[in-house]
Amino acid sequence: MSAGGNYPWAAGYYDDGDRPQIVTSRFKYEDSYTLERYLATGGYEGLKAALARTPAQMHDEVKNSTLLGRGGAGFPAGVKWGHTPQGTRPRYLVVNGDESEPGTYKDRLLMELDPHQLIEGCLIACYAAGLSQCFLYIRGEMALAHERVARALNDAYAAGYIGKNILGTDFSVDIVMHWGAGAYVVGEETALIESLEGERGMPRLKPPYFPAAIGLYGKPTIVNNVETLSNLPFIASNGSAAYTAIGTETSPGTRMIAVSGHVKRPGVFEIINGSTTFRDVFYGEEFCQGIRDGHELKAFVPGGGSAPWFVPDQLDLPFEGRPVGAAGSMLGSGALMVMDETTDIPKAAYTLTRFYAHESCGKCVPCREGGTWLERILARVCEGKGTDRDLAQLYEVGASICPGNFPHAASERLGLEAVPFPYKMTTICFVGPSAYAPVNSALVLFPEEFEAKITKRSIPVSAAVGGGQ
Amino acid sequence: MARLTDTNLAIAREIIGRYPKKKSAAVPLLHLAQEQDGHITMDAIRHIAELTDCTPAEILGTCTFYEMFKMEPVGKYVVNICGTLSCWLMGGEELMHHAEHKLGIKAGSTTPDGLFTLEHAECQAACTEAPCLQVNYRHRFRVTPADLDQLLDDLSDGRLDDEIPPHGTLGRNRQHIPEDRWVRPVPPDQVTEPPGWLTRNEETAS
Ligand SMILES: Cc1cc2nc3c(=O)[nH]c(=O)nc-3n(C[C@H](O)[C@H](O)[C@H](O)COP(=O)(O)O)c2cc1C
Ligand code: SF4
Ligand code: FES
Repeated sequence: MSAGGNYPWAAGYYDDGDRPQIVTSRFKYEDSYTLERYLATGGYEGLKAALARTPAQMHDEVKNSTLLGRGGAGFPAGVKWGHTPQGTRPRYLVVNGDESEPGTYKDRLLMELDPHQLIEGCLIACYAAGLSQCFLYIRGEMALAHERVARALNDAYAAGYIGKNILGTDFSVDIVMHWGAGAYVVGEETALIESLEGERGMPRLKPPYFPAAIGLYGKPTIVNNVETLSNLPFIASNGSAAYTAIGTETSPGTRMIAVSGHVKRPGVFEIINGSTTFRDVFYGEEFCQGIRDGHELKAFVPGGGSAPWFVPDQLDLPFEGRPVGAAGSMLGSGALMVMDETTDIPKAAYTLTRFYAHESCGKCVPCREGGTWLERILARVCEGKGTDRDLAQLYEVGASICPGNFPHAASERLGLEAVPFPYKMTTICFVGPSAYAPVNSALVLFPEEFEAKITKRSIPVSAAVGGGQ
Repeated sequence: MARLTDTNLAIAREIIGRYPKKKSAAVPLLHLAQEQDGHITMDAIRHIAELTDCTPAEILGTCTFYEMFKMEPVGKYVVNICGTLSCWLMGGEELMHHAEHKLGIKAGSTTPDGLFTLEHAECQAACTEAPCLQVNYRHRFRVTPADLDQLLDDLSDGRLDDEIPPHGTLGRNRQHIPEDRWVRPVPPDQVTEPPGWLTRNEETAS
């Protein structure tokens, strides 16, 4: 039961090599989560630097940093803060700590190991964007994060970093810890807001319910991911130029990724954004050190369970949104899941599709019914009880959730060209399309594995596989 | 049992006081009720409804959306074994079979002595440490069948009582905002002006 990683208290985290560390710099200390350690390592200096500027100057600093959201969509944080309508008050900050996208493991570490960094980030965001109360929403199933964040909040209040007249200025804001109770879809920002209002966590229709305009209690609300906010103390302390000096122009700074599955050394790494490639990460000595002994890479999920899959053809792509989108997938939440040649591809797709089918909130028919259909048909195929009609049916159900061409990777082996992101959808949120993404990836990139599982046939598999396209 | 005790009522009032609208406290209060009783009772639902100015049906509606709330008694230890892709790749399914065999129950049920409830779980944000599981929402990483045997034995014999409280308790400490530091929430419709620090700074900036 011994966890991986360089430090026993930071399960899975590796910091070998001399990469810059923006958000994980304290993970090496066993007491990283305490106020004492935080203050001894530059803690709350970013807040002081922010308070020495005007809110508008601090907001500009964040805009200039091009800090991209780390929750999945990669939207620039500074731009998002500017989308609140003029003159409408109050405005709220809701911190998205609901981390539950399959494969994603970073926000939990940031909350457990450096809660003060997150708190400082929240304070800087509230100051810069004029937000009057902050709610820190932590996924329900994270008992240790609850303990660490509650303690950090209590210590920071007592020391004068949160609450009334912070550090003797007129800047005043409360941070309230809130916690969920087990529902993946609540990670979607409008569902998060519903949940925070005490409702069933079902997504709202956008438009009109863009949180920045109509959010918590119908008021303008900024929703940001834990990792996004954890970058702010660095940006406030060191300035946006220090931040953009790392990474590329369009994807500056660092980002946290988790690599799981069939690699020699699965782990959580803080990588340089934009320029690091998938090959670097899977095969690099300071990262995963290759596919597990005697095996080779078959496929990988590049950005969380919702992301269409890649194959070895895409290994040299960098962690940069545009080329990855053009290649048919997305970077999402920095979750990479690696499958070697022993993997039963239809079954692997099934474990993800089952997840999304179970997590459907039931608000839209194509997701509620379609997800369940996909799960049942896949289960049947995996058990060897499917017919080739089932394969055509998978495509048909997929087309009812996402009409038109669904994105997929290129494959030299199959002579396939990529279909780029994004897709069209008939559902309110991305849970419906996410149920289909693994199915489509598996069918398109590994048709022979489905063929091998089909024993009863009525029409040639090749015709069935082309069916919904 | 079932309505909140006086101690928990005081905690509930403190939690409610932090939100601009009372209903926002619904999920944290349901957790408090589950911490008290191990599961959610209708009496607790009614009590929470009174405290938040809601109807019991509204609170029940919220409650039933969330998987962590158990409407029936469960074991002292809820063991959640992850079956999503990364854990499945690394042997999560075998681990589940082993647990079912060892406990003599199927996933989704509770041992006759009321000690263990076994559940299929989805991704627990620990995918690099696959296969993993949680006991009362506390993680165990890279779990082998032998590790699992040891864990269940340790739990049965009370060797992990200090680390793992009975089902219902999440964090063993709570947020507490000191009176003299507290800004206090304001009902959203009563706020029309930007916060003072923003206008002050806008004036000095211009
Ligand atoms: C179904 C679904 C689940 C999501 N889950 C999460 C999550 O667990 N954590 C998260 O930060 N964002 C999640 N998101 C993205 C949020 O909706 C939102 O875009 C994000 O929190 C914004 O923060 P950022 O701009 O800092 O990335 C999810 C989105 C969808 C559609
Ligand atoms: S897509 Fe699925 S999860 Fe999202 S709102 Fe529709 S039914 Fe709910
Ligand atoms: S897949 Fe099991 S923890 Fe993520």
